[in-house]
Amino acid sequence: MFDLSTAQMEIQLVAIVVAVACALVGVFLVLRQMAMMSDAITHSILPGIVVAFFIVQDLSSPFLIIGAAATGVLTVSLVELLERTRLVREDAAIGIVFPALFSIGVILIARFARGIHLDLDVVLLGEIAFVPFNRTEIFGIDLGPTALVMMSVILLINLIFILLFYKELKLATFDTGLAAALGFSPALIHYGLMSLVSVTAVGAFDAVGAILVVALIVGPPAIAYLLTDQLRLMLVYSAGIGVVVAVLGYWMARMLDASIAGSMASMVGIIFVVAYLLAPQRGLVASYLRRRRQRWEFAGIMLAIHLFNHEGLPSAEQENRVEHLQDHLNWNPDFADRAVRWAERNRIIVRRNSHLFLTEEGREQAREAIVR
Amino acid sequence: MTTMTSAALESQPAIAVRDLTVAYNDRPVIWDLDLDVPAGVLMAIVGPNGAGKTTLIKAMLDLVRPAAGQVEILGQPYRKSRDRVGYVPQRGSVDWDFPTNVLDVVQMGRYGALGWIRRPGNRERELALEALDKVSMGEFADRQISQLSGGQQQRVFLARALVQNADVYLMDEPFQGVDATTERAIITLLKELRSEGKTVVCVHHDLQTVPDYFDWVALLNIRKIASGPVSEVYNETNLRLTYGGRVAFLSRDAAAPATAQAAVEED
Ligand SMILES: Nc1ncnc2c1ncn2[C@@H]1O[C@H](COP(=O)(O)OP(=O)(O)OP(=O)(O)O)[C@@H](O)[C@H]1O
Ligand SMILES: [Mg+2]
Repeated sequence: MFDLSTAQMEIQLVAIVVAVACALVGVFLVLRQMAMMSDAITHSILPGIVVAFFIVQDLSSPFLIIGAAATGVLTVSLVELLERTRLVREDAAIGIVFPALFSIGVILIARFARGIHLDLDVVLLGEIAFVPFNRTEIFGIDLGPTALVMMSVILLINLIFILLFYKELKLATFDTGLAAALGFSPALIHYGLMSLVSVTAVGAFDAVGAILVVALIVGPPAIAYLLTDQLRLMLVYSAGIGVVVAVLGYWMARMLDASIAGSMASMVGIIFVVAYLLAPQRGLVASYLRRRRQRWEFAGIMLAIHLFNHEGLPSAEQENRVEHLQDHLNWNPDFADRAVRWAERNRIIVRRNSHLFLTEEGREQAREAIVR
Repeated sequence: MTTMTSAALESQPAIAVRDLTVAYNDRPVIWDLDLDVPAGVLMAIVGPNGAGKTTLIKAMLDLVRPAAGQVEILGQPYRKSRDRVGYVPQRGSVDWDFPTNVLDVVQMGRYGALGWIRRPGNRERELALEALDKVSMGEFADRQISQLSGGQQQRVFLARALVQNADVYLMDEPFQGVDATTERAIITLLKELRSEGKTVVCVHHDLQTVPDYFDWVALLNIRKIASGPVSEVYNETNLRLTYGGRVAFLSRDAAAPATAQAAVEED
C-alpha cells in the first residue's frame, strides 16, 4: 500500500502545499474573527474567474488568478462598505454580498460558458485526483503539475509576507487603534492580508474546490488555537495540522474509495473533535481532571481553615472531630471521609483517635488562604 | 503648583485643538471645539457618557477624521509628532484572548520606533521589563494576557505606553476598573511623568478625585464647557453645565478643591 506512484506522490504534495498555504493565512483570519469572510471570498471569486476567463480565453492563465483575487478583495470591500452604513452587521453584510456575487458567477457560467471545464461540481469540490494530468513545462522541462507549481509559489508568497510583516500583522490584529496611532496603516495590512487570502483561495479552489478551501482556512487555525496560546506556535501548529489533514485525508479517501477533498474536510472535523477533547490546557478532558483535582484541594483548604479558626480555643475539642464536619462544613459523611483522607495524604492534617489536627504545613496553607 | 502652571501657559501648548468638529453619520459628537493643553500639565477630560471624550482622544491621534478643524501636537500635525505621543486605549478595545503574553504586548509600544519590518530585540525586551517593573508587574512578564485581571490589564497598557518614551501621553480611562491601591500607584506614576516635564491627558470618570489627581481639566459635553486650571474652572457651575442637574453630590468637593488637595497631601 505504501508503494506510491509518482501521481500519488504528486497529489499528496499538492494537498500538503494547499493545506499549509491556507492554514497560514487562516490564523490571522480566525484571530480577527473573520472566519466567515473566507467563506464569502471563496464563493464570490467565481464571477471573477469567469470574467477573467472570457477575457483571456485560457483556463490555465495566471490572469485567472489575478481576476479572481481582485473579486475577493472586492468582496471584502463591499462587505465593509455595507457594514459601515451601520444598517446591517458584518455577518448579514457577508450574507448579502456573497450569494449575490456567487449567483452572478453561476449565471455567467450557465449562460455563456456551458460545455467548458468550468462546471459546478468542480467549483464546489475541485478535483485533486486529476491534478497530475495538467503539467507545467518550461523549455521542455517538466516542472510538475501546474497546481503544484502554482500553489508552491502562493505558499512562498504567504510565508514571505507573514515572516516580513509578522510584527505588523500581530499589532494590527491585536490592537488596530495602536497600530494606526503608531503609523502602521491597519487598512493597508488588512487589504494585504485579504489579497493573500483571495489569491490563496483561488489557487486552492482549482485543486480542492470551494468547500475544502474554507475548511482548510478555518479548521487548522481553530485547532491550533486550542493547543497553544502563543501566536508563533499557533502558526507552526496550524501549518503542521494542515500537513496532517492532507496526508491522513488522502489515505482515508484511498481506503474508503471516497472523494479526496471530502475526506480532507472530514479529517479537519475529526482532528478538531480530538483536539477539543484532548488539548492539554483547554481540552474537555484536561479541564475535567483539573476541576476534579481542584475540588479536593478546595475541600482540603476549607478543612484547614476550619481547624485553624478553632485551634487553641476551648471549642477545638468539639470542632475538630470527624463526625462534626458534617454539621459545620455541610459535608455528607462520605465526602467528609474522603476529604479528610485526601488532606491526610497531602499532610495538611493528622488524625489522632478521631480528632483532627493541623500539621505545620496545613497551618501555613490556612494562613495563606485567609490573608489572600 | 501655581508657578509651574503659569510657566506652562507661556510656552507653546503641547496640544492645540482648533475648531474641531467630528461627526459619525452626520450627527456631530464634537462640536466646534477649541482646546489648548499647556505643556507639562496632568489634565483630566471629564464629561458624561457619550460626551465625545474618546472621540476627542481619537481625533488627536488621527484615528477619526474630523469634519472640520485641526489638531496640533507639539506644534505639528499628529503625523509628524507621532513618535512623541504615547497612547493608552480603553481597556475593552482589544481582545484579551489574543494568543500572546504580557512582555510581548508591552514591547508593542516600541514598534513605532522600530518602524516597518524590523523586529524587537534585546533592547526592546529590557525596556519592556523596566516598564513592567515601574507598574509593579515585573513578575507577570511571561503571563498569558488572557489570565490577567482588569487592573493588571490596565497596568500592562500603561507599561506599553511608558516604553514609547513619549512627551505627550493620551490615556482613555486609565483608572477604569482598578482597585484603590492600583489607582494610587498609577497616579503616582502619572505625577512622575509630569515632573519629568511630560504632558499627560486622561479621560477620567471619578469626579471626586479630579482635584487630587489633576492640575488641569477640560469639561466636555459635545461642546467644550470649560478648560483651565482645576482651581479655576472645576466648580459646581461648570459641572452642572456639563452634566445637567445631576451632580448635587459633588458640591462639597467641587466647591473646595484646595481643601481636598491638602487632605490628600497629609497622608
Ligand atoms: N464608530 C462610531 N460610529 C458612530 N457613532 C459613534 C461611534 N463611536 C462613538 N459614537 C457615538 O459618538 C458619541 C461619543 O462617543 P465617545 O465614545 O466619544 O463618548 P465618550 O465620551 O468616550 O463616552 P464614555 O464615557 O461612555 O466612554 C456617542 O454618542 C457614541 O454613540
Ligand atoms: Mg470613552
